[in-house]
Amino acid sequence: MAHAHKLEIFQGLLKFKSNTQKIWGVLIFLTIVTAIEVVLGIYKPDTLMHTWLDPMEGGFFATLYNIILSPFIYMKPLNLIFIVLTIVKAYYITWDFMHMRDETKALRRMVVWTAVFLICYLIFILLQEGGYVFEVYNTKDALIKRDF
Amino acid sequence: MDTTVANTGTEGKTWGGGNRPLGASYGKLMMWFFIVSDALTFSGFLAAYGFSRFKFIEEWPIADEVFTHVPFLHGQELPMIYVAFMTFILIMSSVTMVLAVDAGHHMNKAKVTLYMFLTIIGGAIFVGSQAWEWATFIQGDYGAVQTKGGNILQFGENVMVDGEEKFKRISIEDFAIVEATDRVEHERKNGLWFVDEASLPPYSVNEIYKGLEANSNILVRNQIINDEGEKTVLSREESLRQIKENGQLVVKGANLVVNEYGTSLFADFFFFITGFHGFHVFSGVVINIIIFFNVILGTYERRGSYEMVEKVGLYWHFVDLVWVFVFTFFYLV
Repeated sequence: MAHAHKLEIFQGLLKFKSNTQKIWGVLIFLTIVTAIEVVLGIYKPDTLMHTWLDPMEGGFFATLYNIILSPFIYMKPLNLIFIVLTIVKAYYITWDFMHMRDETKALRRMVVWTAVFLICYLIFILLQEGGYVFEVYNTKDALIKRDF
Repeated sequence: MDTTVANTGTEGKTWGGGNRPLGASYGKLMMWFFIVSDALTFSGFLAAYGFSRFKFIEEWPIADEVFTHVPFLHGQELPMIYVAFMTFILIMSSVTMVLAVDAGHHMNKAKVTLYMFLTIIGGAIFVGSQAWEWATFIQGDYGAVQTKGGNILQFGENVMVDGEEKFKRISIEDFAIVEATDRVEHERKNGLWFVDEASLPPYSVNEIYKGLEANSNILVRNQIINDEGEKTVLSREESLRQIKENGQLVVKGANLVVNEYGTSLFADFFFFITGFHGFHVFSGVVINIIIFFNVILGTYERRGSYEMVEKVGLYWHFVDLVWVFVFTFFYLV
């Protein structure tokens, strides 16, 4: 059985001689990413703890601006970094450990696009609702009292 | 590989059913389908966690204050260290798994056996670590008082650390003044034989209040996160007032009903998501063991293909993949 492996990662920036070497290379990369996450999680640099942009007030374009830049407006940079690094790790686990890189394009898209689309939808709905319930709980004339 | 697949004599004919557009065997495809659906289950859980967290965004427990323990290092606050170790173990066992798959491609039975064995060990260490994490979480740390509204009040004092004023937690055991009480836990042997009672809280709210009154350095903090990203510490008068008027139950540790760390949903999701993930790891270990013995017995050697190792490998990597997300959303964000 011929098992052809694609032995390049980072768009061909890093080439490995054998599949085994590639596995160790990916392990080193994942370990570095995890270490960065842990160090950031322990020290929590002050500059990353406050959002960099403020939401704009105003009409349609302000709303559009808020939506497009929402990761920078409503999320702490530190959390954004964590989420991006997580997706990076997920990519390399799927692509190199699960050999997604070696599968046909059709299989890759079937699995990844379906999951990504449905998960994005799910997250959007639930987080939106969570924010709404928060508003209901915390407006001035809220009918629910929880702090007693 | 074709020994497990019926041949129809139409191989290679595009419209005869012999064409394989995805280039993957039936078993591998089914494993991918399962993984996609399981990924949706997990993202459902994590999204529900996000929902609840957004609902209580200003008072969610801070993970760094909850998971601070490392085995054998008692009394030290080391957030993240242990869970980073667990993550590394799981990634490492993923590596040995993929090495086993690779050795399988080269039909190298000895290497497959070795790497499968290492994978099983890694999985077992992970499940054991998670059990320890659970036990520590359930047992609790400092204890707290739950108010009538279901909120958690914790205790501590302001101390100077390196010229900075910091809030240091104090355990309820260190200041509660124990009173004589007639209240005994109802057991089957000392009461109605057909009913049980959950174990009693370690102290009554009154005992905590007496202790708080006697120690003027102790302050109460509530769940609300302030602008500095820390929980709000109340003034001395407010501390006494809150415990006296609103305190209802003394809580030590965590379960599905109450937890001393904050919003009870936090513990519920912790048990549910890490539990479901731990169950996946456990079943992964069991499946790995089965495959391991099949490898030793030479089943795949005779079959001429180690594809079974590849399939169980997919599942194992998926478990690792899920952990990467659980790690981020429970411990980091």
